[in-house]
Amino acid sequence: MTREKDVLLKVRDLRIEAFADDKWFEIVHGVDMTLHRGEVLGLIGESGAGKSTIGLAAMGFARDGCRISGGSVEFDGIELTTSPRADLRALRGARIAYVAQSAAASFNPSHKLIDQHTEAPVHYRIKKRLESQEDAMELYAKLRLPNPEEIGFRYPHQVSGGQLQRAMTAMAMSCRPDLIIFDEPTTALDVTTQIEVLASIRDIVDQFNTAAIYITHDLAVVAQMADTIKVLLRGDEVEESDTRTMLDSPKEDYTKSLWAVRSFERAQKPLPAKDEVPVVSVKDVDAAYDGVNKILYDVSFDIYAGRTVAVVGESGSGKSTTARVITGLLPQMKGEVAFKGEVLPPRYQDRTKDQLRQAQMIYQMADTALNPKSRICDLIGRPAAFYGDLKGTELKKRVDELLDLIELEPKKYYFRYPSELSGGQKQRIGIARALAADPTFIVCDEVTSALDQLVAEGILRLLDNLQKELDLAYMFITHDLATVRSIADHVVVMKQGRVVEQGPKDEMFTPPHDPYTDLLLSSVPEMDPDWLTTLLEERGVDNVGEAAHKHM
Amino acid sequence: MSPFIVGYYALLIGATCVAAYFKNRTAFLLLFSLMLASFVVGLVGGERALWTITVVAALIAAAAGIAFTFREFLTISLKGEAQKAIKSAPLTATFGLFMIMIYIIAAVFAPIIAPFGEAEVVGSSFAPADEVMLLGGDQLGRDMFSRLVYGARNTVGIALLTTCLAFLMGTTLGLLAAVKGGWFDQILARSVDVLMSIPTLVFSLLLLSIFGTNTSTLVIVIAIIYVPPVFRLARAVAGNIVVMDYIEAARLRGEHSWHLIVREILPNASAPLIAEFGLRFCFVFLLISGLSFLGLGLQPPTADWGSMVKENATLISFGEVTPLIPAGAIALLTVSINFVVDWMLYRSSGLKT
Repeated sequence: MTREKDVLLKVRDLRIEAFADDKWFEIVHGVDMTLHRGEVLGLIGESGAGKSTIGLAAMGFARDGCRISGGSVEFDGIELTTSPRADLRALRGARIAYVAQSAAASFNPSHKLIDQHTEAPVHYRIKKRLESQEDAMELYAKLRLPNPEEIGFRYPHQVSGGQLQRAMTAMAMSCRPDLIIFDEPTTALDVTTQIEVLASIRDIVDQFNTAAIYITHDLAVVAQMADTIKVLLRGDEVEESDTRTMLDSPKEDYTKSLWAVRSFERAQKPLPAKDEVPVVSVKDVDAAYDGVNKILYDVSFDIYAGRTVAVVGESGSGKSTTARVITGLLPQMKGEVAFKGEVLPPRYQDRTKDQLRQAQMIYQMADTALNPKSRICDLIGRPAAFYGDLKGTELKKRVDELLDLIELEPKKYYFRYPSELSGGQKQRIGIARALAADPTFIVCDEVTSALDQLVAEGILRLLDNLQKELDLAYMFITHDLATVRSIADHVVVMKQGRVVEQGPKDEMFTPPHDPYTDLLLSSVPEMDPDWLTTLLEERGVDNVGEAAHKHM
Repeated sequence: MSPFIVGYYALLIGATCVAAYFKNRTAFLLLFSLMLASFVVGLVGGERALWTITVVAALIAAAAGIAFTFREFLTISLKGEAQKAIKSAPLTATFGLFMIMIYIIAAVFAPIIAPFGEAEVVGSSFAPADEVMLLGGDQLGRDMFSRLVYGARNTVGIALLTTCLAFLMGTTLGLLAAVKGGWFDQILARSVDVLMSIPTLVFSLLLLSIFGTNTSTLVIVIAIIYVPPVFRLARAVAGNIVVMDYIEAARLRGEHSWHLIVREILPNASAPLIAEFGLRFCFVFLLISGLSFLGLGLQPPTADWGSMVKENATLISFGEVTPLIPAGAIALLTVSINFVVDWMLYRSSGLKT
């Protein structure tokens, strides 16, 4: 495998610069990579580590505002950095293919899947249109897409996210390339869907002996996919070794810290007293967006002061809809929401200022949750001024206090705009805005899923500390079971608008489970490189992911 | 062969060679094609045609020079964000800014700049240009230049007032419709559709003949006519903003619609609205000029560019350019504003390289 002639891609001292503020900045500082035929290389690192940039550079491509400023990229003996554009164009799609993170955004929504699939082979005159079409169906079957004969004739919005990602992989395979670059292909998917995509990608790469670069920030995922792993930090290589060595004995401190991220776990708090009145009590709630097609059916659970209730489920299971019912954005059709024993009006417009103040929300995307044209002092100051009638120096004192609480230095951040903060800092501001209202209950809607693991852990610790200090009740909406394990006291599992199972955390993580909970739990990737293989052997390919739903 | 022609070709060929030597592709192609065109034009049109080319080229060069120096001036005198923006601005934008500044100065200081009053009869009708009347006289013997300067004040001032009024009404209603939604939105949007279905000029003629033509009715009528497009833009822009999480957060806080509009939506919708403001201003301005030309706009003896074109229109048959001067003033301002608006749209669309 290490024979010199098998080397497919050789990257030496790759340097990439980006243009910002009228200057060129180096963002990748000399990275080496060697990839043999049929080998899978995993690139991992936090956002901003240069993973995607390096992945694209392996095709000889640099994004707008970036340029390859040094080093060499040699693909099968062809030097890509100096090749004319026409030569590069002939390679891309035909011999090097790219699978993007969001398949939904990468497919043209107004063409059928198969038309987009056959485009490249027909263009490069590798196959005739009909041949390519048959080949597509074969690939769809190999990737275990349902109805492989028919699914290609649908439009991208007519298939699910996981299926779309597999169709995208099939499309990348259409010319039988030598190298495929997977850029976070499963990040946007649910755990149960992810597993299917992972299994099929691994299968097909194996079958055609294709080399691949697999870019991700999820260690457990890369452990399943890659032969070798390269860890990146801010455009520098930290270390590289084969998967097992990397997992068992990482050398560098940074790698060790990445490995240790999932260690944060808080013990479950004692159960609340029998006669304690829950802060929020959801009882038999049904809800629908259009008044006819119900999204929620008989949802009930209680949230007690100082406790965290984690609501888990796949996308579309009604987690966020439940939160919208509680906050009053979506009036329920049936049932009631009580706050400290007092029934709340269904519409938020009918609730009193004090009722609104007590329940706050933290959003998933801090980018859209903070007004980009407001300064930090206004973002946090507004709720404080609005509810507490604070003005002038009093208000400033309160804002400083809140910034201290979220561990940001008040002087430095007071007059900044959200765009001048990092993702984790933005999320902290979102938390501060919720705290500014002095609430007793906070809905956390996927607050950590858009963040890097190290940053996410920081946010979880912060939320936990705040809960201890202020005796807050949290409703934690998440699809990430690792988050649940670290912070929850009580777990509610939802599926298609119904509560499937609920109970204290310790009970939920010990068998026996409801079959759906079991599926969710078993689908969470583990750091063991054999995990996927073992799981597939144990359960069989038809009992994971979307396919498993049919058996329930 | 006159020394002018010899000099003309020598300069052109020399410049082409210099461009070629420095491998400046765009400059070379431009000069070379100009050279080829000059040969043809010179053969057909003779020295006069070459003179025209020289004058036009000199004008463009002067405009570029003004734009460049003005940009340098702004870069030095401004600070922070504004400086950064100006530094990267194209020359067309700074030229536009410069011309708008000239118009504003003319409008504000009209009584000081203009040598005569706007209704003052100075010489004989259609008097040719001399030292007293820089651009000659109009059909009543009033000074063309003075009237042009006063015209800037009247036409531009009224257009500005009207556009502001239209934007105030349109934006407020549009944002309110987006925030409130439901039947409120429907009623507003549908009534605006009705307003929009009537042809602008016909509608304004109708309204003006009903309510009479004094300045205040003119302003109000034109403002109302331009509310629908502004309303639709504001509503569309706000429609994308009200779905953001920070608006939801503000709603859940119990904020009043007015706070949502002024503090949360407007700052994020300002870029397209400002760009639209520049564009609408041109339309309003042209409509006022058009109405004046038809006799329904500003009433004489108030100087205004539209009616100035109309009053002097007979001169065009004698080969005089006098009626074209106010028309040129309109054209120059419109072009300048559009240069600036293009630049702003480019910036706000995020298409920065």
